[in-house]
Amino acid sequence: MKTENLSSFDMPAADMDPALFFETAASRLGAGGRTLAYFAVPEGPEHRLVMAIGFDREGRVEVYSCLAAGPSFRALTPSFPQLHLFEREIFEQAGLKPEGHPWLKPIRFNTPGAVPGVADFFTVHGSQVHEVAVGPVHAGVIEPGHFRFQCHGEKVFHLEIMLGYQHRGVERRLSAGPDARSLHYAETLAGDTTAGHAWAYCSALEALAGVNVPPRAQVLRGIMLELERLANHTGDLGALAGDVAFLPTANFCGRLRGEFLNMTALVCGNRFGRNMFRPGGVNFDLDFALIKELRLRLQDAFRGVENAVGLLWETGSVSDRFENTGVVSRETAEGLGLVGPAARASGVPLDTRRNFPYGPYEDFTVSVSGSGDVYSRAYVRWLEIQKSAELVAGWLDALPEGPIAAECGPLRPDSAAVALTEGWRGQICHFALTGPDGRLRHYKVVDPSFHNWQGLAMALRGGEISDFPLCNKSFNLSYCGRDL
Amino acid sequence: MIKALLARLKQGYRTMDFPAADLRLPPRGLGRPELSGRLEKAAAACPYSAITAGADPVLDLGKCVFCGACAAADPAGVSFTRDHRLCASRREDLAVKGAVLKRADALGADLRGIFGRSFRLRQVSAGGCNACEADCNVLGTPAWDMGRFGIQFVASPRHADGILVTGPVTRNMELALRKTYDAVSSPKVVIACGACAIGGGPYAGHEECVSIPKDIPVDLYIPGCPPHPMTILDGLLRLLGRID
Repeated sequence: MKTENLSSFDMPAADMDPALFFETAASRLGAGGRTLAYFAVPEGPEHRLVMAIGFDREGRVEVYSCLAAGPSFRALTPSFPQLHLFEREIFEQAGLKPEGHPWLKPIRFNTPGAVPGVADFFTVHGSQVHEVAVGPVHAGVIEPGHFRFQCHGEKVFHLEIMLGYQHRGVERRLSAGPDARSLHYAETLAGDTTAGHAWAYCSALEALAGVNVPPRAQVLRGIMLELERLANHTGDLGALAGDVAFLPTANFCGRLRGEFLNMTALVCGNRFGRNMFRPGGVNFDLDFALIKELRLRLQDAFRGVENAVGLLWETGSVSDRFENTGVVSRETAEGLGLVGPAARASGVPLDTRRNFPYGPYEDFTVSVSGSGDVYSRAYVRWLEIQKSAELVAGWLDALPEGPIAAECGPLRPDSAAVALTEGWRGQICHFALTGPDGRLRHYKVVDPSFHNWQGLAMALRGGEISDFPLCNKSFNLSYCGRDL
Repeated sequence: MIKALLARLKQGYRTMDFPAADLRLPPRGLGRPELSGRLEKAAAACPYSAITAGADPVLDLGKCVFCGACAAADPAGVSFTRDHRLCASRREDLAVKGAVLKRADALGADLRGIFGRSFRLRQVSAGGCNACEADCNVLGTPAWDMGRFGIQFVASPRHADGILVTGPVTRNMELALRKTYDAVSSPKVVIACGACAIGGGPYAGHEECVSIPKDIPVDLYIPGCPPHPMTILDGLLRLLGRID
């Protein structure tokens, strides 16, 4: 059935016969659809499969569902690789086996007897082939994950990424909500994407409750989301500079990232935007003095970033490492369903703010760069920094009058809603289903990293292992957002 | 090259004084709480049972995620100050009573002699949301420059004097945490950074999380969700006896 971002619908309307479900899913994905979410919901002793497909150009969302007949179902991954992790997840969470899946193994190691990192790894054999294993504890101050490279000398034939170490059972608890902890779960799905996930969570509930969020609250949300993007993109450009030993930009951006975080803290008290969002609106308003202060700080920080990042494009030793490193073609990006800056850097013109507009976003222009390499992923971030700074400045100049929150009442029973936002890593999808009592029956979170980790693996294929840190940083994906 | 030098001039000297008398959290920030009254409403509003109501109420900073729900429910009972100095040496010292919080003590003279001027930490991220990690990383930027105090995060536990743990310690990270701890030579220091590492944070009570095992003794608790970099640095410097 057809729906759109942020509108609630009757879940039974999406129900179809299992055979028709797989035929329809295949034909819609074949017609240019992109998987937003695909998951299993317990229904009595059985499971219901639910798939949400996005049509980016038309800004349309389609939802299909069927009761899984028997202990297995037809895998669509062989034709549509973008489904590979979704089907593995269904296998792990619901025990339904996708028949014909070429890559069936655990993704979070959260079933009885599973040992994290112990799985059937893909291996390459040959007298001079060797294997390099890294993690779960990495050299830097970053999240845990296990990476296994199949190499011939410096050359990487294959990289397999095995995560799950950050699995802390958030999705399961969200599904039992809403309760006093739900918003905190949303805020910490990926702690550096608090605004992105909290917005998606609030939107899903608002759609189900039929609440109209006041315009001032929408714009304040927009300011938080764009400050989050500014902080993270600035930090990433600094870290990319650090990974090619270009220390001026690395140092300047490290400090400048903090300036954006401090602006966020000025609004809501917390550098990561905690406590700002609530279903129905936001918790903190801006007065004249605060707007003035933010405007000054934004201008100052943006000039600093312009100066620091400008050095990157003018330095030969940086271009030498950035260009043609970790190339992901547009075909690969589309085939894997990549999202966010990683997709836009491979020429895919997808941005939720443009394709599925929400809140204060109107006539948004997407920043795209085509070469698919580290340079392109860095450059897209710089384009987006400029755009975000412009948006925030514009909003601070023309903040709509009115209240900052509306009352968010009870949720419509037996309904569902898809909420999409554009976090700094890319499209975030939350899919909420209510039961007959108006409580949540299931809550599905798809962090952009869930789509993108395989993109990083492909970026390394045929490259050099010494380029791994640089490629990894150019994606800068979330472990906890994927592991949930 | 000349452009890099000009940029350096433009970017300026940015390292802040630390500790400085006027360092406080931003105006809307939530720092050390002060309590008065019986706090029944505040206790009922807390999703993490961090508050014990009664004639002598207690707020456990080890369970608190600083969401402010208690202060919203009982504005007269709980008020969060802008004081960032929250770290403690013992788990029980995180219990705030009235306006009192016992701050972290320095390590003993023998350990201070070893670590006081050169302190290397291996960070272990064990199931959190990456916000604590982000605010630990920030301490390495020129603004905070933790290196000036002789403190540094290092890549190998073999090079480290201790570990700094973030996250509620998921089942899937339990073994890796233990192996990393075992790989650090004695004497060694353990720091629990953030609400998750201390008491599970938002994930308290989840069966997927096991918390830091009892036989890994913690020397410093840094509350917050995530702790502000000021709070982390203040705690580290108190531990080393650089702040009294």
